[in-house]
Amino acid sequence: MTPTLASSTPPMIEARGLGFARRDEGVFGPLDFALSGGGIGLIEGDNGSGKTTLLRVLAGLLRPSFGTARVLGAEPGSETAREGTATMGHLLGLKADLSALENLRIGMGLYGHKPTPGPFAMLTQVGLEGYADEPVRSLSAGQKKRVALARLALLPARLWLLDEPYANLDRHGINLVNDLLTAHAAAGGAALVTSHGAVSFHQGVTCTVRLAA
Amino acid sequence: MSAASLGGAFRTMLVRDLLLAWRRRGDAMLPVLYAIIVATLFPFALGPEHALLARIAGGVVLVTVLLAMLLALDNVFRGDLDDGALEQMLLAPQPLSLLLAARMLAYWLVTALPLLLVAPVLAYMLGLEPAAQPVLLLALLLATPLLALLGIVLTALTAGTRRSGMLLSLMLLPLAVPIVIFAAGAVGAAQQGLPWVAPLAWLAAALALALVLAPLACATALRIALDT
Repeated sequence: MTPTLASSTPPMIEARGLGFARRDEGVFGPLDFALSGGGIGLIEGDNGSGKTTLLRVLAGLLRPSFGTARVLGAEPGSETAREGTATMGHLLGLKADLSALENLRIGMGLYGHKPTPGPFAMLTQVGLEGYADEPVRSLSAGQKKRVALARLALLPARLWLLDEPYANLDRHGINLVNDLLTAHAAAGGAALVTSHGAVSFHQGVTCTVRLAA
Repeated sequence: MSAASLGGAFRTMLVRDLLLAWRRRGDAMLPVLYAIIVATLFPFALGPEHALLARIAGGVVLVTVLLAMLLALDNVFRGDLDDGALEQMLLAPQPLSLLLAARMLAYWLVTALPLLLVAPVLAYMLGLEPAAQPVLLLALLLATPLLALLGIVLTALTAGTRRSGMLLSLMLLPLAVPIVIFAAGAVGAAQQGLPWVAPLAWLAAALALALVLAPLACATALRIALDT
């Protein structure tokens, strides 16, 4: 529950007594945790324990009911926080009528992008070689997830908020997520990943947040 | 790293929406067909008396075009809400109002522009005097973006609710009353050979105001509607 790396720099996520309640019924919290650059945080909990809600609070889509959260040193959902954060939720935000490449270009146009690799090379990297011009509608659930992962890896965001990134993925896909996470952390980025426990990232997890239903 | 620029994000959204509309271009034709059918019903219902049809032609075309625009309004945020693209827009580092302004422009281009092209044909079919034709087109050119802006703000407000189509109509049509009054007033004045600039100037003033305020109001409405 404590930050390990780079304790001199301010943590990318800092939660103090953070909690959320829906109609006076507690969803999660109060939680205290911090996540620094180079770290990977794991949010564990059963179905309905509030993992997604926690990510939505940190993304700024929901207001916390009590406690405070700082994302990249700013209020969640503020421009500073949004600029450095990329999220991937259950709904991937891909347009089914557009091709994989067009979807990546939309993400890059809205969020900016890293200098390398280009969208085409990134699609190859996630194992979608030859699917660039295929409409997303015709891809399988796992392939859609890979398109979303490619978009995530292209964006310049330092902080990733990933909701069940392993869902729908085969063995290679799970390795792909782990490779992307490792590379992201090695480059100084941080990621907060939810998991219901069946599959998850294990090497180099710097903080674990356990949620009880 | 290259950050996304404001202009780049606006262009990205506009291109995206136009591309999506192009991939489903059959859907974009539905409001046009609707307008043609509704306008054609009037001569059947009222009889082929030329003087009567010519007198009501301007108003019929105006109301038909406005109702046809309503058809597509319910879907403005539906798709993006269902596949999570709206969430990605909310979380993007760009101001939401900018992205929504692109959405509004795309909606007008996709829905209203084809209606503007078919409106003169409908007016001719109903026998509107040639002198009033350009005035009708000018009135539609001002009224359709105004209605699109107001409509999308209301659509944003109802974005969180299911089956909001009827609610949307009930909310929007009262707001459309002044638009119809000014637009029809201009056409009526032109038909009688009277000066018609003043009502159009009012529409233009309202449009200028809405162009600035609607994207901001829409962004706020969307955040309220989705704050569940």
